[in-house]
This record gives sequence, structure tokens and C-alpha cells, in this order.
Amino acid sequence: MPGQSEAAVRFDAVTKRFGDVVALDDVSLDIGRGEFMTLLGPSGCGKTTLLRLAAGFLGPDAGSIAIDGKCVNQLPTYKREIGMMFQNYALFPHMSVADNIAYGLKTRHVPRQECRKRVGDVLALVKLAGMEDRRPRQLSGGQQQRVALARALVINPTVLLLDEPFSALDKNLRAAMQVELREIQRTLGLTTIFVTHDQSEALSLSDRMAVMSEGKIRQLGTPLEVYRTPRDRFVASFVGDTNRLRGRLVSVDATGAVIALGAARMKVPAEPFSGRGASSAVDLFVRPEQLRLVNSAEPCAMTGRIAAQVYQGGHVDLQIDCSGHDRLLLRSAGDQALMRWPLGTEVGIAIDAEGCTAFPAE
Amino acid sequence: MTPRSTYQRMLGWGGRCVVSLILAFLLLPAIVVTIAAFNDKAILSFPPQAWSWRWFARALDYPDFREGFHNGLIVTAWASTIALMVGAMFAFVIDRYSFPLKRAIEGVLVSPLVIPHFTVGLGFLILAAQIGWSRGFAVVIACHVILVLPFVLRSVYVSLRNLDQSFEQAAASLGATPLRVLLTVTLPLLLPGLVSGWLFAAILSFNEFTASLFVTSQRTQTLPVAMYNYVREFADPSMAALSVMYIVATAALIAFANAFLGLGKVLNIEQSE
Repeated sequence: MPGQSEAAVRFDAVTKRFGDVVALDDVSLDIGRGEFMTLLGPSGCGKTTLLRLAAGFLGPDAGSIAIDGKCVNQLPTYKREIGMMFQNYALFPHMSVADNIAYGLKTRHVPRQECRKRVGDVLALVKLAGMEDRRPRQLSGGQQQRVALARALVINPTVLLLDEPFSALDKNLRAAMQVELREIQRTLGLTTIFVTHDQSEALSLSDRMAVMSEGKIRQLGTPLEVYRTPRDRFVASFVGDTNRLRGRLVSVDATGAVIALGAARMKVPAEPFSGRGASSAVDLFVRPEQLRLVNSAEPCAMTGRIAAQVYQGGHVDLQIDCSGHDRLLLRSAGDQALMRWPLGTEVGIAIDAEGCTAFPAE
Repeated sequence: MTPRSTYQRMLGWGGRCVVSLILAFLLLPAIVVTIAAFNDKAILSFPPQAWSWRWFARALDYPDFREGFHNGLIVTAWASTIALMVGAMFAFVIDRYSFPLKRAIEGVLVSPLVIPHFTVGLGFLILAAQIGWSRGFAVVIACHVILVLPFVLRSVYVSLRNLDQSFEQAAASLGATPLRVLLTVTLPLLLPGLVSGWLFAAILSFNEFTASLFVTSQRTQTLPVAMYNYVREFADPSMAALSVMYIVATAALIAFANAFLGLGKVLNIEQSE
């Protein structure tokens, strides 16, 4: 079955209700073999429900779910060949590390000798060799997470399901674990579904990401696509930092729409504006790094006053008060901005001519 | 040390005094009985004039007490074990499933807490007489099962509530069938709750008097009933001696459970990990 066999996991028109609440509304999503797919969204958007449907902890009210080309709607969790990592790791507290990892091998009746070898191998893979006899509570948070990963990996699952696995770790450890997990995932070529509400995590880890809200997938694409060309205002404001500015539509044609704000002209994707008349109001979404400061006397999009400087090491975040707008966030690489634009300075703000997005004003 | 005002210091001393008094008050009966148990005279007087161990020997020798103790063990073992199985099953069903009349069933299961023990005992007595049930151990055990069931149910239910479902889901995701999940994950993690439920049931059943007075016969009388019958005829300190042994044995049992599982978990006042 060419075409069919491409998807490791396929959600086809899946709907799930909890009482009157529609958790998932007609969601379709294909996840390719070896792909790292992130489900991103605020709490209650349906991302966890989608993961639980894949795991078989829930059944869909409508639609079908296929793993490896086979419909699994009626297949209980224990027959699905999945590996899952939980938010709290769910390591069995009454078993040693080795017994935790070997649990999935024992249910598959793997011979004792091979079992021991595979546990040793996977512990080496997650850099915990020699920890076999420890109890989960004797391990640090990062180590517990490695055990949870090892336990999910050792059974060679068809799909790896990750339910916010990094949320309990502190920031430095989290970054290190993310890199490590991604390396292991890439090496093993493991199809992975990763649920998170942290947009920076999604951007840095995913092959593709599905941004969800209110039970629907708002946008599906690579992190670059989602960040650069958000498809609607929800995605534009949820993924990455952004400034929303009120502009005016100048013209629309096949190559794009032109938005005017002060003296600045920005070219944005035209789709949202089909059929809109010139000079209607638009909301322009501008990333902090797409703003530049100029002397307030120069022609520019708008003027404002430096309200705060937040030094971040590699870059400086400037907050600027502009009359008639929310406070703007501007990101300046390096640290020159600290000296050049002191607090209280009147500044002009220029916007990159390309790369912004805009939607008709609400 | 943080500086404290005179007022705070007085409050601190006052608090300590009040707590000490309350603790002393709680322990008072046990202390009085313990002292009385060592009285050399054949009366339950306080304080004793002379000291002796002889009432302990008498209590251990007295045939009715020996038999009562033996009967009590039989009744306790059966009643608390049956109550544990029934209670655990109901706790599981109530925690995991929703069905009509769930509230009502819960209410019925904990109703022995509201219904006086003598009512339950009297009810069983009438019932046994009506249906010609001989007053053997079966009646006593059945009666005790009903009396201790609410405690077992509570204990297991609380442990189930505290049990994070992700453990069971993790096991299922690793390929464990529902039965395997139950045996290798759910039951081991519930063990403290099950043990504490059983222990509570056992202590309550062994000490139960009011209902037992109705349903036991001469042949099946439990220790508290035997003690009651004894005290109607005699008033010597062997009762007190027996009480001391009771207290020591129960304390030892709880200490053992504490060493094995941790008291917090046994009493279900602490969440299991």
C-alpha cells in the first residue's frame, strides 16, 4: 500500500467529547515514520486527549486512529506496541531501576539472559549504567526521567509518546535532556509524538508541529513555517514573542498585501485579505527581532520612549511605550543597545519590510 | 533563636501545659488499670498496698479467657479477611466505575458507622433464630464483617484515590494485560492501604463487645464477652492484668506494622509515594 504506509500514526477525522465539552473536533493528522511531531497548545486545547487516544487510554467518539497502517480503535493499550513517558514519569516505586525497565520485556516473555542484556544496553544509552539496583526514589529528577525513557525505549516501540516529560525539570537540566532525547530519537529513527504547552520547546525539538486550540489543529508545519508564517492570529500570538500593531491595508495583489504603519510599508502574505478593500484596518504581528530603533526625527513606523531595558547576555530586550499601542518588545542582538538607547530616550521604530504577518482587524 | 516577648513565652509554656494535660488525660485509664493489675489483693482497689504478678498468671490460666482468646482469633482472622476482600472489591468498583445508585451503595456500605452495634447484634440474633441458624462461628463472623466493613472500605478507598492512575497506564503501555497490571502494579502499590485496613478491622473485631454479646454463645464467646461474664462474678485484678496484656499486644502489633510500612501509611494520614 504505497501512500498508506507512509504514516506511522494516522488520526482520521477524530472527535472526542467529555460530556458536553468537545475536546477534539474532527481532527486529522498524519505522523510520518521517524518523525518528531509536537502537539502544542494551551491547556484544554485537546493535545493531551489526542496523545491519550494514541495510547488507547481513551477511545474516540468518531473517526479512526491507525498505527502502522492498522486501525487501533478497538485495540487495547497493552497490544499497541507503544512507549510512553509520563509527566511524573510513573516509575514503579516498588521496583528497582532494572525491574522498571525490564517490565515491558517480561510482559513480552523475553528470556532472562536477553532481558538483562537489553536492560544494560538501554541504561548505557541513557547514561545510567550501573544504576540497575537503585530504587526510583533514590534518583534525581533527571535520572528518573532517563529511567522512564529507557523503560519506554527498551521494548522497541512503534511510536514513542511523550506527555510533557520536561515540565518537572529545572531549566538547565531541561535543555540538556531535550538535546539528549532528540539525539536518541534521531539515532533510533523513532516516530515520536510530543505534547507540550511550551512553545520554545516545540520550536527547538520538532520536525513538524501541530498548534492546537479548542479541539482543532490551527496550523501544521515545520517550526520555521509556523514561526515565520503563522496562519491565524492565535498561532501568531501563541508561538514566539510578538507585537500586535494596528496598521492600514494599502493594496492586495497576487504577490502579497502591503500594510502601512506611519511611514513604513510592510509586505505580508495576501491570503487573509482576499476581498478586503484598501485602507481597512489590519492587525500587524511583528516579532521583537523585526523591530529596529532609529532616531525619532527620521521617517519611521511610530515613535515611543524606552521604558525598560532587560539585559539577556546575548541580546537585549527593550520595552518601549508608544502612544495608542500596547508596550512594544524589541530584541536587539549584542549589548550595544544598552548604551545607545538609555531609559527614557525618545526613539523612532522601524519595521522590517518583509517577514511580518497581518490579519484583518477584529 | 528569634527574640520572643514575655507574652509569647507565657503562651508557649501555657500551650505545653495544656498539651501535657490532654495527653495525661488520654492515658489515664490505661495507667490506672496497669497499676491496678499489679495489686496483690483480690479486689480492684486503687492505689494497691502490695504488689504481685499473680493476676497475670490467673488471667492466662483461666479457661474461659483462654477459650475466649482462641475464639477471638478465629473470628478476627475470618472477619477481617472477608471484610478486606469485600471492602477492597467495593472500594475498587466505587473508585473506578460510575453507575446508577453508586451513592446509595456507598451509603449502605458505611451505614454500620451510624447503626449502633447492639442493633446489628440484636438483628443477627433475631435473624439467626428465625431461620434456625445455629449460633456458631458463622453468625459471629458475619456480624463482625458488617461492623468492620466501613473501616476497610475507607482505608482501601483512600489508598485507591491516592494511587496515581499513570502507574497503571504506564504498565498497560508496556504491554501488561489488565490482570497483570492488577497483580504487579495496583495491588503492590495498594499494599499499605490493604494492610492498614486489615489491621484496623482486626483490632476492632477483636475488641468488639456490644454486638458480640448478642450473637456469641457459651461455645463461641470472644474475649471481651468472656471478660464481661467474668466481671459479673468476680472483681479481682485479673481483668486489669488482661487489659494490660491487651494494650501491650496491640501496641506491639502497631509497632510491627510501623516498622514494616511506616505508621503514617498504615493510618492513612500520609500519602503513599
